[in-house]
Amino acid sequence: MIGLEHYLILAALLFSIGLYGALVKRNAVIILMCIEIMLNAVNIMLIAFSRFVVPAMLTGQVFAIFVIVVAAAEAAVGLAIIIAIYRNRQLIDISKINLMKW
Amino acid sequence: MALQISFWILAVVAVVAALAVVFLRNVFRAAFALIMSFLAIAGLYITLSADFLAVVQILVYVGAISILIILAVMLTRELHQGNPSNNLELPALIVVLLFLAAGVWIVLATNWKVSAVPPVAPTTSALAQALFGGGGFLLAVEISVVLLLAAVIGAIVLVREK
Repeated sequence: MIGLEHYLILAALLFSIGLYGALVKRNAVIILMCIEIMLNAVNIMLIAFSRFVVPAMLTGQVFAIFVIVVAAAEAAVGLAIIIAIYRNRQLIDISKINLMKW
Repeated sequence: MALQISFWILAVVAVVAALAVVFLRNVFRAAFALIMSFLAIAGLYITLSADFLAVVQILVYVGAISILIILAVMLTRELHQGNPSNNLELPALIVVLLFLAAGVWIVLATNWKVSAVPPVAPTTSALAQALFGGGGFLLAVEISVVLLLAAVIGAIVLVREK
């Protein structure tokens, strides 16, 4: 029987994969993809809680909708920033974009 | 039984596709692996009887965000550079494994109060009630609309040719 724990562990696994990619990768677009994976893992967790803990209220699904909205806004602005940086400096290597490093 | 089989298939596909995003050398193929992962996650939403959110996942993630990402990959033309890692691989791996172990331990050690109530079958109207009905999230919906508008205007201003 598939229960709440299965979904939570799957979401933790996906979140860890996304976190590893976001910490380790140097390509800014790949880092944004990994952040999207992490947001999806959080959505799985919210919907699993909504399904198994309060099945009649859908609270977690409402939260997941707002997470999707914020993720869409974040992807649009983040990719616009990456394209603007690439236009100015011809690179998207995070370890070389250090103009604001203190 | 069908639920079990579909859960395991979708979970394996989602995890393998997410690993492919991190470890594939070609950025373009990583973007396609990301789309595969999004589709598997939409299937997982269906196994959680969240039908409306599964459709929203396909529309927003598979339809819109993946197009944005593929356009960004094509516009930045870093394909020949591949998908390199920085020199934090080992510390990041240790931190992530500790995080994963802590998360799995918390999930397994907690006594979850699982409800036996059957889930709401078509969630669309119930979600609309929860969002727009009395005592709902109408103000939050309006704020998210303003957020999306600000994001669109910000993206246009950022990528505009001078």
